[in-house]
Amino acid sequence: MSNSVTVKYFGAIAEQTGISGETLELTHDLQNASQIKAYCIHKYNLNDQETIQVAINQELNDQGTVKEGDEIALLPPFAGG
Amino acid sequence: MSNKKPKKVFVDGPISPDKIATSIANHQSKTNIGAHSIFLGQVRADEIEGKTVTAIEYSAYEEMADKAFHEIRESAFEKFDLTCSHIYHSLGTVKAGEICLFVFTSSAHRKAAIEACNYLVEEIKANVPVFGKELFEDETHQWKVNH
Repeated sequence: MSNSVTVKYFGAIAEQTGISGETLELTHDLQNASQIKAYCIHKYNLNDQETIQVAINQELNDQGTVKEGDEIALLPPFAGG
Repeated sequence: MSNKKPKKVFVDGPISPDKIATSIANHQSKTNIGAHSIFLGQVRADEIEGKTVTAIEYSAYEEMADKAFHEIRESAFEKFDLTCSHIYHSLGTVKAGEICLFVFTSSAHRKAAIEACNYLVEEIKANVPVFGKELFEDETHQWKVNH
């Protein structure tokens, strides 16, 4: 059975990944926001790692546990206004 | 004033001066208002390492941004004695000199209107997932960061 989450990328991060999002299978080592962030940073060799924030289901949450069906987002620094 | 429906904040491209004028005119029937405060964010032609910014291309995590705008607006109504408030933010390309953010607060008296307007602008800049690509005249770019 599939046990996956959606990961979305924005701004400078999407530019580096070359995609706006993907489906990620949750494994033993991919259970929380911090692990997913580390996984993506490694996979895409992302710059400015310390500025990346994570949202789980549209709420900033760098540490929370994720579950099947969640929407995870990797967000670069905000630049509104 | 809570439980207001989320309003549409994002507009495609620059915010026109006509939209701002119309918005002001729309409040003339609300005669309990004694003060409006307006903030307009304008794209600045910054010069960075010899290159000039010609435009900013805005994108957003729209689902999260819509929630954030709504929460910020709700909290402004809790903190300040407002009659109404409006926020409009651009998506897509906004050229230098054009307006990208329009925040409009109204109250019976000036203090609440001014303070709420300032509060909204600061909250938007810090807490809403909007991203800005600064485009230079030679077609290179860099990503804007709010400070």
